Amino acid sequence: MVSHDTTTTASTPSDETGASGVVERDRPGAGERIRDGMERVWRPAALLLACLAAWWAITAFDLVEAYLVPSPGTTLNVLGDKWGYIWHHGWVTTYETLLGFVIAVLVGVAAAVLMVYSATVERTLYPILLFAQVIPKIAIAPLFVVWLGFGLGPKVVVAVLIAFFPVVISMVAGLKAVDPEMLELSATMGAGPMRTFAKIRMPASLPHLFSGLKVAVTLAVTGAVVGEFVGSNEGLGYVILQANGNLDTPMLFAGLLVMSAIGVVLFVAVELAEMLLLPWHASRRGGSVTTSF
Amino acid sequence: MSEPKTDPQDGADAEAPGPGAVEIDGVAVRFRSRRRDVTALREASLNVKSGEFVAIVGPSGCGKSTLLKLVAGLLKPSSGTVRLHGEQVTGPRADIGYVFQRAALLEWRSARRNIMLQAEMRRMPSDQARKRTAELIEMTGLGGFEDALPHELSGGMQQRVALCRALLHEPPVLLMDEPFGALDALTREQLNIEMNRIWRETRTTVLLVTHSIAEAAYLADRVVVMTDRPGTIAEIIDVGLPAERDYAETMARPEFARVTNRARTLLGAGVNAAD
Repeated sequence: MVSHDTTTTASTPSDETGASGVVERDRPGAGERIRDGMERVWRPAALLLACLAAWWAITAFDLVEAYLVPSPGTTLNVLGDKWGYIWHHGWVTTYETLLGFVIAVLVGVAAAVLMVYSATVERTLYPILLFAQVIPKIAIAPLFVVWLGFGLGPKVVVAVLIAFFPVVISMVAGLKAVDPEMLELSATMGAGPMRTFAKIRMPASLPHLFSGLKVAVTLAVTGAVVGEFVGSNEGLGYVILQANGNLDTPMLFAGLLVMSAIGVVLFVAVELAEMLLLPWHASRRGGSVTTSF
Repeated sequence: MSEPKTDPQDGADAEAPGPGAVEIDGVAVRFRSRRRDVTALREASLNVKSGEFVAIVGPSGCGKSTLLKLVAGLLKPSSGTVRLHGEQVTGPRADIGYVFQRAALLEWRSARRNIMLQAEMRRMPSDQARKRTAELIEMTGLGGFEDALPHELSGGMQQRVALCRALLHEPPVLLMDEPFGALDALTREQLNIEMNRIWRETRTTVLLVTHSIAEAAYLADRVVVMTDRPGTIAEIIDVGLPAERDYAETMARPEFARVTNRARTLLGAGVNAAD
């Protein structure tokens, strides 16, 4: 089946630009796609393995005291043994991250739309926005604990604050990048601002928005963990602080691994959403599965 | 073809008062920048009869595109008036079709859905719009490419989609701003031939801005020659050829040579004067 696919695609692509006017893009068959995927994946996979090997070597030859850097085996054992514990706290962090991310997207997109449509709003909001961005989140996080207690609140607030900025910036850029001729055309079609927004501006801004979302989702993880560091009894930030206090480095490493995994999974999820929602954009970029790999 | 187009012999009194589709009267456009005032257009007057094809040629920056934007109501004149079917233009007009040099298609929509955008924006009844879209796709030779995305189409095909979109609501006036300027010579020639046929079939009034004197002379009933600094209408030349025109045969006709030579002389003189 696979080989059949490849041969059919291999035999057709010769007529590149027909006189008829359609530019024929080669759409790879399943076999080709798998080979392409392997081609892209093996280098980063090899690098990752090399890092793991280095980590293993450092611990195996006692280059560093075992209580400072645990071996990969020990870390994996902890992951296996304490899975229930890690899962519970990992889920708390994921939940905080997602909630923060979603709120940041809603607020960020709304703010961007207001700023693009009203110069007054833009002038008014911009300094505050910049102020909220430059103030170190770690420095104000304790304040949120004082205000909102040890629960979900401060973590989500920090995650929102940290993820909000890239969303606003990318959405404003996207909305402003709309072809001015498209807007003139819209005026000659008798369309009001609402229809112009819904059918032209909003969809045209989505590729920009998605590049901001990818940054925002990874930052949201950081935000949630920072919130947990400052004051909590749940979440991976709490796990890491506890492990640190007990000099339990295997658990600390396990926590870090899970935290990174959450970030990577969320990032890939945003990329998949982009591919599903904007297939026209993905295909233009050359059809790569993810930009990160 | 069946429609009695502006009789070529009539060309001489094209300025005569009649049911003017577009009346541009003493229009000037000045932009005020911080340092100085820029006059984009100075005292331009032009009457276009219903069903007439008028081409505007001139160097870059002579205000050709400005003139079209005035007619569309996308730009307000500093002085003078523009009327569409006797009604003064005060804001963006929806009773026109507009084609730009770049196709300006929505890249997430297929060719058909790009054409349908016109209907969606106007809230046209969808079955009527779909029927008309199918007719236009047929008329412009887009058949088979309805579902292609813009980036899968060549420049000529993209421009055909833009033309269909501009014609969907059967506008009485079609404004074209260098629609074939970005195409290669062969595609351009082919689209010129199709444009002549489409104009005869739709019977719409066309105002075409172009850099190509040959294109203007082949397509238009009258050629408006503009000169720059500041932009103004130098002369309006009657082409005096029948509406239905064979490409090669038209190029060989003495009327064609007369129009293109006159336009070249005017434009050459304009450039010399400015330098």
